[in-house]
Amino acid sequence: MTVEVLFGLLGVVATGSALLVVTTRQMVHAALWLVVTLGAVAGCYLLLSAEFVAWVQVLIYIGAVVVLLLFGLMLTRAPIGASVDLDASMAQRLAAAVVAGATAGVLVVSLVDAFRGEHIALETDRPRGHSSAVGAALFRDWVLPFEVLSVLLLAALVGAIVLSRRDVSEPAERGVT
Amino acid sequence: MPLLLPVLLAALLFSIGIYGVLARRNAILVLMAVELMLNAVNLNLVAFDVWLRDRLLAGQVFTLFVITIAAAEIGLGLAIILLVFRNRATAALDELRDLREQDLAPAGRLGESGTDGGTEPAVTS
Amino acid sequence: MSVFASPDVPGFGSDLPIPWWLLLVKAVAIFVFLVVMTLFAIWWERRVVARMQHRIGPNRVGPFGLLQSLADGVKLALKEDIIPKAADKVVFVLAPIISVTPAFMAFAVIPFGPEVSIFGHRTALQLTDLPVAVLYVLAVASVGIYGIVLAGWSSGSTYPLLGGLRSSAQMISYEVAMGLSFVGVFIYAGSMSTSQIVAAQTQYWYAILLAPSFVIYVVSMVGETNRAPFDLPEAEGELVGGFHTEYSSLKFALFFLAEYINMVTVSALATTLFLGGWHAPFGVTSFWAGANHGWWPIIWFVLKVLIALFVFIWLRGTLPRLRYDQFMRLGWKVLIPSSLGWLLLVATVRAVNAQYNLQSRDVLLYGGAGIVVILLLTFIPDLLATRPSEEPEGEPEWDAMAGGHPVPPMPGQSRPVLTGARASDDDDDLPTEDDT
Repeated sequence: MTVEVLFGLLGVVATGSALLVVTTRQMVHAALWLVVTLGAVAGCYLLLSAEFVAWVQVLIYIGAVVVLLLFGLMLTRAPIGASVDLDASMAQRLAAAVVAGATAGVLVVSLVDAFRGEHIALETDRPRGHSSAVGAALFRDWVLPFEVLSVLLLAALVGAIVLSRRDVSEPAERGVT
Repeated sequence: MPLLLPVLLAALLFSIGIYGVLARRNAILVLMAVELMLNAVNLNLVAFDVWLRDRLLAGQVFTLFVITIAAAEIGLGLAIILLVFRNRATAALDELRDLREQDLAPAGRLGESGTDGGTEPAVTS
Repeated sequence: MSVFASPDVPGFGSDLPIPWWLLLVKAVAIFVFLVVMTLFAIWWERRVVARMQHRIGPNRVGPFGLLQSLADGVKLALKEDIIPKAADKVVFVLAPIISVTPAFMAFAVIPFGPEVSIFGHRTALQLTDLPVAVLYVLAVASVGIYGIVLAGWSSGSTYPLLGGLRSSAQMISYEVAMGLSFVGVFIYAGSMSTSQIVAAQTQYWYAILLAPSFVIYVVSMVGETNRAPFDLPEAEGELVGGFHTEYSSLKFALFFLAEYINMVTVSALATTLFLGGWHAPFGVTSFWAGANHGWWPIIWFVLKVLIALFVFIWLRGTLPRLRYDQFMRLGWKVLIPSSLGWLLLVATVRAVNAQYNLQSRDVLLYGGAGIVVILLLTFIPDLLATRPSEEPEGEPEWDAMAGGHPVPPMPGQSRPVLTGARASDDDDDLPTEDDT
């Protein structure tokens, strides 16, 4: 029972801070609320006994991805205090809210219909997402996707370097401006 | 634990992410909303993995893959946004409309010279 | 909660139910240990650096000046707390707290000693024994970055912002090297649990077995804690004080505390992962069999941590600060590639060992020595590459009116090429000017 209550609390925290991520008028605060959301989701993983995934979430998402986002915010001169030009026009926001609400409605109704009464039986003696279990699965059954992913990361690394190096992109810049 | 709990949370996070992608103007904030959607998907993957007791741990392994891809995506996305910011001094998405169709007529000359450059690289270089 | 239980760590008491008060006692003990270590480390650093500079150092407050840091702390707490007008108030107040909390939290998984009995309860001298403990430390350390980044941004001032940006870039890049240096230990110990890694080092320390990993870790731990010679985020000469320029009073004290606790944490991690943890140093067990039992291991642990802290202080007293590009080059072009290459070797040796049952220890020892040599060799092209390119740049251009009257170019200086039609004629007229 405590697991359900904890999960519910984490869910409320995650949803609330996610709402703040998409509505706050202060850019850096949006990133901070995103951290809260990601942390709450990591807590959900822990409760779902996916221990390794939870710490990887904290390490990579909170530790690297959002720090990169903050980096980007600061390099694009995020001001202290509220900014007025973060959101699209009122009409577009209304349309977005309608689309999001409709999505939520469809998903919630269909999910409740499909999975009502289903229960997750959590193994308490040995967590399912134990690092050795995940490691074995990753390097035994999923080796090929793993390798492909490493190539993808390499490509992303090269791409990011090419994009951000001034001496490589200088002729293109001169052509544009 | 009822399966509905994580799954509904994921659905809500996903919808919030959709709102963020559609309603935000700043490119970095849109990236944040995309992260929300990715997290919703990850939560689903983990929840179903635990529910189905998959022998290959597919859900959790996929979650790890998605986290990795998200890191790569953020790196590239930020590189692009910073490049845009350097050239335009703005990260607002609705001001980046150089490629939209209405501008084709006045920018036609420019586009033609661009295609010429593509076919005859020796001339432009 | 059941998810925190670690059922497959035998012999360290974590499978036994621990009463809540014991948990509380351990947590408070760690807190006290860290605060005392901070006060001691500040005093020690000042004394050691003073000795290195032929000074005396603090010697007034308490015996040998030991209470100096306490006095400084009280003084800091009594100072006026200033919040700049341009600051983002909430984040400005939050930043030092975010900075100091993870620093404390990371210590929860560090084993201080083996199982002891406290009031009739058998328990390990470790707050909690996670199976992914090292990952947890890395994750918590990465949260600590926020404190610095947010402090820099929320101050609403240029130098702190630059310091915060530098620090985030620095810590992210050095965390990669740090994580890679751990992987060798994981491969060898077959676990990410700190207690199991310590248990695997009863015979050989990983600092010897995996020497390159250790070297890489030592370098990256200095980078990760923003200490000299890698203290670019708070370089006084360049950024005034870096991210904490606008902070005063207790908030500044919290940053100070976080920095020193981080030093203690990475030192403790070095001890746990590479220096045998709480095991007694070589040779001690040969004449004293009880050195690894009961409460004694705490002594070895603290001793090793203090030695690691001394290395920090030593580095600060010895080395000048790196330039930012040199620092980044060291991280990305030396540490990460060499640790990747080393990992390849370790993994190969482990695989070969698993298949053919070779004596992998010899292979690793020789291979490790080779990698250290290669690592050191990589500095040579660096030195050769930077020197010649800098000296011609550093040469002042020929100033025709230097000192207020016309002067000829000095040897090595060249006349500027003048634009216009007559420039080439001038050059032809005066071909021998450099020789005179």
